[in-house]
Amino acid sequence: MTAPMLEVEGLTLRFRTPTGLVNVLDRVGFTLQAGETLGLVGESGSGKSVTALALAGLLDARAQTQARALRFQGRSLLDSRGEPDTAAWQGLRGRRIGFVFQSPRRALHPLRTIGDQLQQVLQVHRGLKASAARQEALAWIERVGLSEPARRFKAHAHELSGGQCQRVMIALALAGEPELLIADEPTTGLDVSTQARVLDLIAALARERRLATLLITHDLALAAQRCARIAVMHAGQLVETLPSRGLRDGAAHPYTRQLLRATPQSAATLGDLRSVHGVLPDLTRTDLPACRFAERCDRADARCHAQAAPRTRLTGPHALACWHPVQFVHPPLPIAA
Amino acid sequence: MSTPSPLLEVRDLVARHALPGAPAWGGLLNRRRWLQAVDGVSFTLARGEAVGLVGESGCGKSTLVSLLARLSDPVSGRIVFDGIELSGQPAARAARSPWRHRVQMVFQDPHDSLDPRRTAFDAIAEPLRSADGQRALKGDALRRRVLEVAQRVQLGADLLQRRPHELSGGQAARVGIARALAPGPELLILDEPTAALDVSVQAGVLALLDRLRRELGLAILFVSHDLGVVRLLCERVLVMREGRIVDQGPARELLDSPRHAYTAALAAAIPKFPERAPHA
Amino acid sequence: MKPQHFRAAPGLLLLALFLLAALFGPALAPFDPLATDMLARLQPPGATHWFGTDALGRDLFSRVLVATRLDLGMAAGAVVLSLLAGSAIGAWCGFAGGRLDRWTGRLVDVLMAFPLFVVAMALVAAWGNSVANIVYATALINLPFYIRLARSEVGVRRNAGYVHAARLGGATATRLLFGVLLPHVLPMLAVQGSINLGWALLNGAGLSFIGLGVRPPTAEWGVLVSEGAPYIITGQWWLAFFPGLALFAAVGCFTLLGDALRDLLDPRGAAEAARP
Repeated sequence: MTAPMLEVEGLTLRFRTPTGLVNVLDRVGFTLQAGETLGLVGESGSGKSVTALALAGLLDARAQTQARALRFQGRSLLDSRGEPDTAAWQGLRGRRIGFVFQSPRRALHPLRTIGDQLQQVLQVHRGLKASAARQEALAWIERVGLSEPARRFKAHAHELSGGQCQRVMIALALAGEPELLIADEPTTGLDVSTQARVLDLIAALARERRLATLLITHDLALAAQRCARIAVMHAGQLVETLPSRGLRDGAAHPYTRQLLRATPQSAATLGDLRSVHGVLPDLTRTDLPACRFAERCDRADARCHAQAAPRTRLTGPHALACWHPVQFVHPPLPIAA
Repeated sequence: MSTPSPLLEVRDLVARHALPGAPAWGGLLNRRRWLQAVDGVSFTLARGEAVGLVGESGCGKSTLVSLLARLSDPVSGRIVFDGIELSGQPAARAARSPWRHRVQMVFQDPHDSLDPRRTAFDAIAEPLRSADGQRALKGDALRRRVLEVAQRVQLGADLLQRRPHELSGGQAARVGIARALAPGPELLILDEPTAALDVSVQAGVLALLDRLRRELGLAILFVSHDLGVVRLLCERVLVMREGRIVDQGPARELLDSPRHAYTAALAAAIPKFPERAPHA
Repeated sequence: MKPQHFRAAPGLLLLALFLLAALFGPALAPFDPLATDMLARLQPPGATHWFGTDALGRDLFSRVLVATRLDLGMAAGAVVLSLLAGSAIGAWCGFAGGRLDRWTGRLVDVLMAFPLFVVAMALVAAWGNSVANIVYATALINLPFYIRLARSEVGVRRNAGYVHAARLGGATATRLLFGVLLPHVLPMLAVQGSINLGWALLNGAGLSFIGLGVRPPTAEWGVLVSEGAPYIITGQWWLAFFPGLALFAAVGCFTLLGDALRDLLDPRGAAEAARP
């Protein structure tokens, strides 16, 4: 059996800031198989983007990252101290792991042409010579659905629309022929139709190349539609992982259920729409409850504040960490911690 | 019994954009090129009605909205607000018109539409300070009005001393709404107000807008590319494409069982929750 | 805020010294700057004459001290004039946009293509030697910088969301320009003005050095340097050194202040740019 594409266990992240230590991530863990699409969802500020950056090894010296395990295709990316091995990451980024970021126009180099940037990726990560890289770059421009490749090759970021910029970002991410694609809010700022087209493109390319995809978004419906599985994050804690099919009925963690209620697609009328109670807790606090959702949860009790619930498996692909889940189909089986 | 006259009536509105010029004579001259942004748009809006305007990027929604708010001038066509011919006057003179306070707008990106160097209080107070003649407020009356409006949008008074970069997305959005409400408008135009917000914050803002509409009898024109949101908040929907209104009708009906091909395509693009496969 | 405070300290200290010299120079001078004493000519720096004496026996320290008022006055006058006029023109063009803006921009570009000191020379030569003319000429050649700065700062923000929002609130063009846009431009203008003081100072001193503008026996740093220059070869280094040092210190002081101002205003700018 092939090793999973990505295995994360016990990922904890703290930022050192002038005002104190920020406990950004708390023992986040998930697995991603080859060819699988996993959606990472949660409100803004729940730690999704930071998780992606931590996985990419793109955080700076102020970040204290620790993990029990961090494996890419079975190979550990941690050094002897349990911290990310930057040298190992350097080799993987761009080549085996591709990234698509938010704000496509801002992520592209404003002064260099699209073609130039693509060509560079191909030369650096695929070792192609200039002329071969140029040909391949043109092919990629076409592959992501941009018309008139020759003209686009010479275009700059500001000449393209948001949707077109994002397509270029996808080309840049996939040109290195990675095996894992991490897309952080790739469609924020794009209208629904463009959003659908961009995600269709990612899905098509992922299918072609058996790419594993980690899709990060705050839009639960989007993640449910595009991903086979969803991982829900709240305030740096991974609270639930479940299949997206039947998410509406099957979601058991109170936070997931509140998120569902806030999503327009699950509401019949405006009155059904409810925002999630309260606000994300301040992560600089030293007195955070064990379950960081406890203060916003209507099912929480003293135990939730004091003791972190173990990760429990409800069914094969459905796991959550909660003392008072909303409903479960089968009796819970604790997962080996 | 006759139906009351519409609050807003738009007739054959046409507007265009100047495109970056086409150089001629070796670059010495710039020949003007135009893009027809709004190409003959007509519709009405009743008092207290919530109407959605949907369309993809580039369809002309933002241009149309700018025209309605009288920030820019149309090439031809009429905009009639409560019997007043808004299009009669150039946009440059709109600031001093007696109807200025009655039509207000909430912008898309609160962090772009709030002056980064001013506090939330100043942002909300600005329209009250620059209003014409008697309507202008100052001192205590100003303070009271700002606090009143802030409370209405559930913006804590302690947040008023903050600058935009110290506010969250949802808080900044509320400041934008408060600012638009301060002059006491009858028509509120919202240009993608929740596009930059995450789903939970969006839910709060939508609930707020609905409540304000009922409490204040506001007419709302809600521009968005997100039909899922429009379906919940608006009674009627206008679908715009390439400068024209191609479809319109009651929100629920139009989006749940669209008849027009383009509307159907837009509705199909909304992400939906996959249903559970039948149990084996 | 601490690092910025430390960086501003030297500049502020120097500025305080210069202001003191400018305001109270004549009263503080130990000798009359114009009094000659042929018995004490060309004396090196010592106990009585701290900076030494010149070819006519005049005390150099007194002359340098008294000149502070004139030099700083000229520089300040020129900068204030060009800042006020330049930012007004620039802001108006940036706000109006269109043809006026485009043509003004081109005019400014043409002006800035000239070697500005040469232009100043030509102007003073044409208008006549006087302190006032130095101020006007310096102001004129510095005008393009302020026009350009104000024009771009206003032009960039003209279509910002908050400007449109202010229009919706009923703000007239005047209110938009002065109430909304100008506060954004002022910090940049202040920084530019501070650094500009250094250039204006060198300009005025430079013109006097070549014989245009202020003439001897008036004490002015540029005049003093020009009087002292021939004596460097003969070994009386102090004659050119001390006025030169004064110029150096003053320009340094203004530049430091300009940098400190920019750092002070930058954190807000950096916060402005930090989007959530």
